[in-house]
Amino acid sequence: MKYQSKRKALILLEDGTIFYGKSVGDREGTAFGEVCFNTGMTGYQEIFTDPSYYGQLMVATNAHIGNYGTKIAENESGGVKIAGLIVKNFSYTYSRPDADHSLEEFLEANNLFAISDVDTRALVSYIRDNGAMNAVISTRVNDLEGLRKELKEVPNMEGLELASSVSTKEPYFEGDPDAAIKIAALDIGIKKNILRNLAKRGAYIQVFPHDTSYETMEAWNPDGYFISNGPGDPQPLEAAIAAARKIIAADKPLFGICLGHQVIALANGVSTFKMHHGHRGINHPVKNLVTGKGEITSQNHGFAVNREEAEGNADLEVTHLHLNDGTVAGLRMKNKPVFSVQYHPEASPGPHDAEYLFDQFFELINAEVGKDAVV
Amino acid sequence: MPKRKDIECILIIGSGPIIIGQACEFDYSGSQALRSLREDGIKTVLINSNPATIMTDPSMADHVYLLPLNTKSIVQVLKEHPEIDAVLPTMGGQTALNLCIEAGDKGIWEDFGIEIIGVDIDAINITEDREQFRGLMEKIGVPMAPQATATSFLQGKEIAQEFGFPLVIRASFTLGGAGASIVYDPKDFDEKLSHGLEISPIHEVMIDKAMMGWKEYELELLRDKNDNVVIICTIENMDPMGIHTGDSITVAPAMTLSDRTFQRMRDMAIHMMRSIGDFAGGCNVQFAVSPDEEEEIIAIEINPRVSRSSALASKATGYPIAKVAAKLAIGYHLDELENQITKSTSALFEPTLDYVIVKIPRWNFDKFEGADRTLGLAMKAVGEVMGIGRSFQEALHKATQSLEIKRNGLGADGKGYTDYDTIISKLTHASWDRVFVIYDAIALGIPLSRIHEITKIDMWFLRQYEELYQLEKEIGKYSIDTLPKPLLLEAKQKGFADRQIAHMLECWESEVHTKRTDFDIKRVYKLVDTCAAEFKAVTPYYYSTFEEEVETADGKRFVENDSEVTDRKKIVVLGSGPNRIGQGIEFDYCCVHGVLAAAECDYETIMINCNPETVSTDFDTADKLYFEPVFWEHIYDIILHEKPEGVIVQLGGQTALKLAEKLDKYGIKIIGTPFQSLDLAEDRGSFSTLLKENDIPYPQFGVAENADEALKLADELKFPLLVRPSYVLGGQGMKIVINKEELEAHVVDLLRKIPNNKLLLDHYLDGAIEAEADAICDGENVYIIGIMEHIEPCGIHSGDSNATLPPFNLGEFVMQQIKDHTHKIALALNTVGLINIQFAIKDDKVYIIEANPRASRTVPFIAKAYGEPYVNYATKVMLGKKKIKDFNFDPKLEGYAIKQPVFSFNKFPKVNKNLGPEMKSTGESILFIDSLKDDEFYNLYSRRTMYLSK
Repeated sequence: MKYQSKRKALILLEDGTIFYGKSVGDREGTAFGEVCFNTGMTGYQEIFTDPSYYGQLMVATNAHIGNYGTKIAENESGGVKIAGLIVKNFSYTYSRPDADHSLEEFLEANNLFAISDVDTRALVSYIRDNGAMNAVISTRVNDLEGLRKELKEVPNMEGLELASSVSTKEPYFEGDPDAAIKIAALDIGIKKNILRNLAKRGAYIQVFPHDTSYETMEAWNPDGYFISNGPGDPQPLEAAIAAARKIIAADKPLFGICLGHQVIALANGVSTFKMHHGHRGINHPVKNLVTGKGEITSQNHGFAVNREEAEGNADLEVTHLHLNDGTVAGLRMKNKPVFSVQYHPEASPGPHDAEYLFDQFFELINAEVGKDAVV
Repeated sequence: MPKRKDIECILIIGSGPIIIGQACEFDYSGSQALRSLREDGIKTVLINSNPATIMTDPSMADHVYLLPLNTKSIVQVLKEHPEIDAVLPTMGGQTALNLCIEAGDKGIWEDFGIEIIGVDIDAINITEDREQFRGLMEKIGVPMAPQATATSFLQGKEIAQEFGFPLVIRASFTLGGAGASIVYDPKDFDEKLSHGLEISPIHEVMIDKAMMGWKEYELELLRDKNDNVVIICTIENMDPMGIHTGDSITVAPAMTLSDRTFQRMRDMAIHMMRSIGDFAGGCNVQFAVSPDEEEEIIAIEINPRVSRSSALASKATGYPIAKVAAKLAIGYHLDELENQITKSTSALFEPTLDYVIVKIPRWNFDKFEGADRTLGLAMKAVGEVMGIGRSFQEALHKATQSLEIKRNGLGADGKGYTDYDTIISKLTHASWDRVFVIYDAIALGIPLSRIHEITKIDMWFLRQYEELYQLEKEIGKYSIDTLPKPLLLEAKQKGFADRQIAHMLECWESEVHTKRTDFDIKRVYKLVDTCAAEFKAVTPYYYSTFEEEVETADGKRFVENDSEVTDRKKIVVLGSGPNRIGQGIEFDYCCVHGVLAAAECDYETIMINCNPETVSTDFDTADKLYFEPVFWEHIYDIILHEKPEGVIVQLGGQTALKLAEKLDKYGIKIIGTPFQSLDLAEDRGSFSTLLKENDIPYPQFGVAENADEALKLADELKFPLLVRPSYVLGGQGMKIVINKEELEAHVVDLLRKIPNNKLLLDHYLDGAIEAEADAICDGENVYIIGIMEHIEPCGIHSGDSNATLPPFNLGEFVMQQIKDHTHKIALALNTVGLINIQFAIKDDKVYIIEANPRASRTVPFIAKAYGEPYVNYATKVMLGKKKIKDFNFDPKLEGYAIKQPVFSFNKFPKVNKNLGPEMKSTGESILFIDSLKDDEFYNLYSRRTMYLSK
């Protein structure tokens, strides 16, 4: 291997601030999106392929990215979902006998533009202090005017419906068709590991497109319903919110994760809001208010549920709180088999501390199935 | 659950003298625990026999007992303090745990109604008894390497037959891997087996199938009473299985672990900790991962206590493990505590890093002539350094620059090996220099695959090395005038020192510094904040790096710097770098007290040090901590950034003192004794002139630059002669020779090791008594803080001698000479601060051996024995805030205090244990005796000429 010099690149923020760096792989490129950061020290591939990150320019805070290459089996969806990548040190070579490709090859195959050598710490501090905003990464270092103009065209994340862009177009099945339990999963950006977690507990799952009606799902006669994670603002997701209302009204078991959790809150008349710069990482502390125990969780959200409204809602109980800022991390409906969490019990990447939530979901389903049997 | 109400007074057990495998990391953990408990209004009682520690300072605990660590002392303490409710034994390493178990077995805790907190004795027993541990792991489904226990020679042989070779033998209940060895050849098995059985206090060894070349990881965990468990840090060993973690180069965060494998490991670690009993506190778990597609994980061991790695993890992440572990021991839950760094988020979380740390152990093989220098399962390092950078390469470079072994980093200093066979052999038999040899191998063109095959070091690390070498070659194509800015920036980002770049460009170091100033390539400082900047942090814990620019909307370009300079008056205290023989924890004690005293004088204090085991590198010791190499370039840049009033060099041992010349040259003020005096004391010629002028006797001496001159000088001076290089530490290279053959051999040897050095030859006063005095001088008055007499005769290094405070048999006449000489020399040297003078006494005449105008190894000892804050006083004198006459000196000591050196020879079975002018001890303990009739003193005195052969 020989010494390689790299092309200059930059990230230009909506407010005009510029952070300089270099282009990964000496490629020309430009990419737009909302800039956000993830503090995980492992799991870059899972993050890049998580549909919840659709449309975002991802700043990885870990000092090195790409060290262990990529492995197709560890994708969280069909391909890369982030809009662009910003790192400090990019590993062109990797070390993992079980890997399929280097990160560079992987990004190239997914046509993703990335920049490196950026003072990511300065960038993260800036986002922390000034909030999430749109940005562009580019090698067009001498065309700032052009970049500024194009950047203005990028829509704001607030009020933006993105679920339709990442959802499956056609229903599909997961798991063992002979499984005892059937779950209908509404895909507003679902991660593969959620499906693996459901399937491994003995469920046959049908994954439905984002705008599927309750009636269509109900026609399959599922034992329980699941609303997935996903990108963007939950408020424009009218179809999903309507479906959630009907599932709740029908007293069916329902579990929601992340965007799904927000949809369930909205279905209960509790509003959501855009956070200053969100939670993205795999070290987020959550307290389970029911058991009094803590859990380290994987999180990825830029919107959150209004705590005051949730606590004031007679049908809802706040079951989990984020320990750092006291935001709502989990909800349960008092007289319904419905609950949801803002974080990712399926992990991938991240700790497995919250996997028990899937068990809880199956207990709910089994209890309901049992009730039906008695009737 | 909040703090327990039923615990009001806690006994903490320290770790005793510094030995290999148990160094000052336990001073750090003990000090943190004491502070943490007192914060909660808990009364603390401390027992530790090591006087060089911060934790034994009277200010640290409500009652400090400097007593031998045995059950007799425990009983004494418990009798004097019936208010003690509980004992916290997890802060003092294996020593404290073993003592706790022994006291438990003897029923002492039960007799006094003492509860053991922070650990479960059953847990210790399970983790230390490898067979029980194995059984438990099997039960909970955690795989381990094939392993079996032998309590007899015969049993051991049978196991070997079953497993095949290579095998690992480990002795049960031992420390730092003592008695552990890898056996490749069946021929060696019998000897190693017997040694292991012998060294184990319960005559038991564990025989494992060796998992050579597997990747090795360590996780640091905390658990509370509510069974919440968090992983504070994941450390990856660059050196794979086969080298003790204490001797391995380690990196955090883990560099080559996928999330999937890491999460499996995390689950196993939590499962293991929960399975070994119900306790709240810290825990360390070690794993090995197969370097193949399977990524199979096996558990190696678990330590249910604060360890060397938790000290490293605390410094690596900023999360103060010992401090929090102490709080958990008294009942707090993690979610009830705040993150000590952000002060706004929860302590129940897992730190995340946006930088890389590299730890490199510091060895001292040169002190152990004949030692097996190959690294293996038994730890041999005496200290360690940590480098922090924004990349692995930068951190690795900084760590190598911190070692103080006359290297400037990797490569580019002309000191690399270029011989193929030497390199291959050095790669194969890992020793202190393998970290450098890897670079040499790449430079020589040895393929990475071959280096990997030999060392089993992960290819990712090797490629990082390769990138460095490519960069060196690229830079070599330019001259200082043609070097482009991006290339220089990249070199600095990858940690190359100005000196190395100068070597590549064939120019001066200062020219490189000027060049980067011209290019505006400035060193900036980033914060260690536990959270990768996600939250604002308030703790001033910094490391340096180089970054790309930021441009504001209105076109202002800058490089972001987290370290804002205040308008307060500032003082920099230079630390003492890695622990090594001759320079250990006692200098950290001095630095910490220097910082505290300067703060009392209303200065903003700035600490620079690179030793992760220390209290001085705790983020709440100084106002600002720069965790940086005590290496000129880094110090100079900090000084340029902070613009301090001056720099204190006399508290950080020889490391800091050596930088005085350059500081002086660059016009930076040295606080206290001026450079000229420091230099004069080191220069034998000028110093003896000074002695002569003051009418003070000294042994006849001369200076030689080669063997011829030395032989000629010998005729004048007469044998026996003491031969040594100038400017060295702890008597390095010092030897007594009795004839010309020996002299010639030693001179040739010294000049080979330290070329171009001047050699000092002293007439050796055979049979003389040695004594030393420490004093504070303000330039006008001198106050002698203590005079100590060595029990062994002249010829054994002062650090290796047993010594008494005050002297036990020096007459009035001799004492007066010592006092007079001390006064005269301190004043003649214009000392402002501390000075240590060593004397040889023969026929009632007192000769000067040497004078060191700086804090010495004995200062903490004297301060502890007399209960006086001498370093605090000396610092205030240095700063010009106080004069000698401003202090009300009131030393209290009934009887005598004996300083006893402690050796770590058991780590080097074949080493000559004879003592001489070169220091070999790793630590010391203090023993108070009422009178000279004490048995212990009698013992030492009667053995004084035996040249300790322990």
